[in-house]
Amino acid sequence: MGFENFGTVSFTSEAKVTDFITQLEAGRVMATRCRKCGGSYFPPKADCPRCLSGDVEWFEVKSQGKLLSYTVVNYGPTGFESDAPYILALARFDEGIQILARLSRDIAEKDIKIGMSLMVKPVKSADDRIAYQFIRA
Amino acid sequence: MEDVAIVGAGQSAFSRSCGESIRELSFEAYKEAMEGLDITGDNIDASVICSAPEYDKQRSPSGLISEYLELTPKPTFYIETVCSSSSTGLRVAWSMIKAGLHRVVAVIGFQKMSELSSRDAAERMGRGGDIIWESPFGITMPAGYAMYARAHMDRYGTTEEQMAKVRVKNSHYGAANPKANYRKELSLEDIMNSDMITSPLKKFDCCANADGSSCIILARGDVAKGITKKPIWVIGLGAATDTMTMAGRQSLTGLRCAQEAAKQAYKMAGIKPQDVDVAEVHDCFTISEILAYEDLGFAKPGEGTGLIEAKQTYAGGKIPVNVDGGLLSKGHPIGATGGSQIRTIVRQLRGEATEVQVKDAEIGLVHNIGGIGQYGNVTILRR
Repeated sequence: MGFENFGTVSFTSEAKVTDFITQLEAGRVMATRCRKCGGSYFPPKADCPRCLSGDVEWFEVKSQGKLLSYTVVNYGPTGFESDAPYILALARFDEGIQILARLSRDIAEKDIKIGMSLMVKPVKSADDRIAYQFIRA
Repeated sequence: MEDVAIVGAGQSAFSRSCGESIRELSFEAYKEAMEGLDITGDNIDASVICSAPEYDKQRSPSGLISEYLELTPKPTFYIETVCSSSSTGLRVAWSMIKAGLHRVVAVIGFQKMSELSSRDAAERMGRGGDIIWESPFGITMPAGYAMYARAHMDRYGTTEEQMAKVRVKNSHYGAANPKANYRKELSLEDIMNSDMITSPLKKFDCCANADGSSCIILARGDVAKGITKKPIWVIGLGAATDTMTMAGRQSLTGLRCAQEAAKQAYKMAGIKPQDVDVAEVHDCFTISEILAYEDLGFAKPGEGTGLIEAKQTYAGGKIPVNVDGGLLSKGHPIGATGGSQIRTIVRQLRGEATEVQVKDAEIGLVHNIGGIGQYGNVTILRR
């Protein structure tokens, strides 16, 4: 399976990194690391642009992240209208990566604080689409 | 080697819906740029056509516009860095002249955003980010800048009111600009009470889509002096890129592409930020202008709000910024915006800005950003 069911609206499906979706279905959010130079990538890269190696491995993003910033989107673009309002957030993780995702609806806006601890976990929507989101650590 | 000068600068009126074709829209800017010059279209050696793709139903608009302006058989081609396209076009045209390929080059930026329904325009906006990894979450241009705004507020104590004061200033100057789409002066209350779009950005913190065109004519220095009595010299160019994804950003309190581009442009021009007499910055959102103050070195990081609070970026202040009303007042026809900013600075340096003229302006700067800080161009001009 590719990226055709990823997020609210997916725009393309083919990529070399579709194992990401298989892992996501199994409950894990993964990033890639180059076995040769150790460079780690999120979004995952299938090849390492630093040492040009195709020998990359998957690893799970398991650490607690820190919230860097967020916004409550009241007007979504085409295809996202019925999702709004939703909260987009950016978080930094100990694995040396950053991730953009939505904040779980379980977190009330008044409880959001920049610097708060978050985890990134897969989330399935009612119409069986899959993504990942930030939940309280 | 000969320097490069701007000999002509023009733009169309910016509007919500121009009611004409992209070739006719482009002609309006070309006409204003060429008027008063001692050349005709026959003397233009090449044209660089700039717009953001997917707003034009016409594929490959360069050939079309070149034909309409009767610039054939001279070479023409297309340049794109979304909202920064025409500044990138100027950079390319400068390089072509410096390399000795051409003597006179026209840079034409245009966008007819009304060509699309608002639903289709919103669909394009949803695909402005990384379409595999970030667009599926519903990221938009305002949402990206809103995250910069929130981070700036958290780190430096910047307030929504301070951001709104940027719009108060720009709406004041926009009211005097006959080319601007939005010419109503807004009060702090108008802005603070406007609809929340993507927190903390409200409706009046955001610029609006528009139709419009711009045209800059560049010439090799020795040729320029024979074309116009008031050549404006390109003395500094800087360009840089940041990640397409928000996930790749090193900082959310400033635009790295702008900081890098500014550093290059100041170095090439051999000047410091305090030498700039008048600036045009990319105020696609109010926070963007505050970030620009800091990224350009007009204020230290975190102190940009002090400039707007003290009204130092008004026409009589220490560093006048966007005295044509900025994108916030003019509207933002993506591919035309950079050229419109250049035109404003050219008029300022020639002493021809009849609506709002900064006194004795000798050095001007243009800061033009593409996307959510993906592409940065800084251009420094001298009279």
